[in-house]
Amino acid sequence: MKYAFSFLAVIALILIAWLGSQIPGMPYLFGVALPYLAMIIFLGGCVYKVVQWAKSPVPFPIQTTCGQGKSLDFIKHNRLEAPSTNGEVVARMFLEVVTFRSLFRNTKSEIHEGPYITYESSKWLWCFALIFHYSFFSIVVRHLRLFLDPVPAWIGWWEFVDGLFEVGAPTWYISDVGLVVGCLLLFSRRLITRHVRYISLVNDYFPLVLIFAVAVTGILMRFFLRADIDIVNIKQLTVGLVTLSPVIGAKIGAIFYIHVFLVCVLIAYFPFSKLMHFAGVFLSPTRNLRNDSRAVRHINPWNPKILPHSYAGYEDEFREFMVNADIPVEKELTPSKDE
Amino acid sequence: MYNKGTIIPGLVIFVLLVTFPIWFNAFSTASTVPKIELPPGGEKECVASATEMRAKHMVLLNEWRDDVLRSGNKTAVTVGGKEYRRGLQTACMQCHTNKDKFCDSCHTYTSVNVYCWDCHLTPDVAAAKKEKH
Ligand code: HEC
Ligand code: HEC
Ligand code: HEC
Ligand code: HEM
Repeated sequence: MKYAFSFLAVIALILIAWLGSQIPGMPYLFGVALPYLAMIIFLGGCVYKVVQWAKSPVPFPIQTTCGQGKSLDFIKHNRLEAPSTNGEVVARMFLEVVTFRSLFRNTKSEIHEGPYITYESSKWLWCFALIFHYSFFSIVVRHLRLFLDPVPAWIGWWEFVDGLFEVGAPTWYISDVGLVVGCLLLFSRRLITRHVRYISLVNDYFPLVLIFAVAVTGILMRFFLRADIDIVNIKQLTVGLVTLSPVIGAKIGAIFYIHVFLVCVLIAYFPFSKLMHFAGVFLSPTRNLRNDSRAVRHINPWNPKILPHSYAGYEDEFREFMVNADIPVEKELTPSKDE
Repeated sequence: MYNKGTIIPGLVIFVLLVTFPIWFNAFSTASTVPKIELPPGGEKECVASATEMRAKHMVLLNEWRDDVLRSGNKTAVTVGGKEYRRGLQTACMQCHTNKDKFCDSCHTYTSVNVYCWDCHLTPDVAAAKKEKH
């Protein structure tokens, strides 16, 4: 049911863009107005989310470590797994972002007869996630050729490496296959692994289906439904978008508007979805704190400001009343001078 | 807001990265939209209509390549009463003799790397080779 809904929603979006872009005048809605609107929602939404997160205090030092923390000199400190300086935190964070080390540690637990429980390493999620994210990244970088004019040489090199197999014309890209396969693998993981299926929600399936549809429409446009897909004409529109003077010259095929509309929905939905983990990973206190809680005191920012009050101070404050009540005091009342 | 010192620079970098194409285009001189040179030989028609060629010429070339090299279908194409041998050098480049001013004016604009010329000869190179022999 949850996945059926995601598919229906994406099919509905495709129909909206397909039929909508055929109405005269509407190409400007799908090709110009909605992309701008979606971009504004994306930027505003992401900044809002991050500011909202930055406003939440971190009451405890809750870094997760998986190695020996810094201790006595003769105990070997694991600098990457229990970082104690900012530099080490940056190094750990960098490797987390680039190589997904925490997914690499994924384990599978099983109950056997006895009963006893076993844990075994399970690298599938890590592998699928790498395929998916790197393909996505490569495609986004290659799309810059539509938005930059003149196109910098390094984009050409990137295209060369990605299209190394030189299959067909226009060339197939490794990342095109990677993105589609990555989506399928991540989706099947949610269906096949029972306990993951149990905790999966519509907002887990929907982004996957949406990105899958973006990739499939892109591939259809490039290789199969080329009618009225003149990249020179499309580039005039896309460069127009980023130089704030968009025009739609000749007619552009409906598949283009479907592709772009799905992307608009994706990026407008982005800040409010789990996809925000792209910023969240940097703001995770489990990863971005130093593991130095034994050397530096972590002060809870929402603690009320309570100043220390020593007994001597207490007596100073209430000495008169204590003396009056016959409570023994350590320092007697000093007789005032004029008495 | 906590950790302003890292959050704010982080957000600024993020916004600058996302809007990178805007800055890039604002500070670079735009190339002119490709102005292609029509066949200097005076031919008036292409193997298909101009719109179709603009959108699908690479698909067509791929089909021809398979036709000729895999299916052995070497039937000539007739354009405007004249016959051309099915092929890249033998048809396209007979009319579009100037690769730089025709094919490449579009390809440079859209960063398309046409590797066909690693092996196939442009009319200029072909003519130069002929002279030598
Ligand atoms: C590795 C070298 C090489 C590359 C790169 C190459 N070709 Fe070819 N191509 C050949 C050879 C060899 C033939 C066979 C010529 C013959 O048998 O007459 C051929 C034949 C063809 C033919 C059919 C007949 C003819 O003479 O034109 C077409 C069409 C063609 N290639 C298109 C392309 C296109 C389009 C590209 C770029 C996407 C390309 N080729 C890249 C080597 C290459
Ligand atoms: C008989 C000569 C001839 C042959 C052969 C030929 N073309 Fe053309 N081509 C033309 C002419 C003339 C035009 C301009 C048509 C027009 O503007 O209506 C043209 C237009 C085009 C265009 C569109 C340019 C534009 O923006 O208007 C492309 C792309 C193109 N040809 C590619 C090719 C390719 C690739 C081949 C080989 C498969 C080829 N042509 C073979 C004569 C030819
Ligand atoms: C109207 C502009 C235009 C003209 C003229 C033109 N091309 Fe292209 N060509 C393109 C565009 C745009 C692409 C990339 C399409 C894409 O990325 O989907 C392309 C792609 C190609 C490809 C596939 C490249 C790849 O991805 O491997 C080949 C081969 C090709 N063109 C050959 C030619 C040849 C040969 C000529 C000259 C006879 C020519 N083109 C003229 C615009 C043009
Ligand atoms: C999340 C962002 C996007 C993703 C994942 C995506 C995905 C894809 C894929 C997989 C392709 C197939 C060919 C290739 O890899 O180059 C493609 C092609 C294409 N995309 Fe996108 N796309 C995105 C955003 C956009 C945007 C914003 C535009 C323009 C406004 C756009 C316009 C195009 C065009 C014109 C093609 C055809 C390219 C060609 O024929 O060479 N895409 N897209």
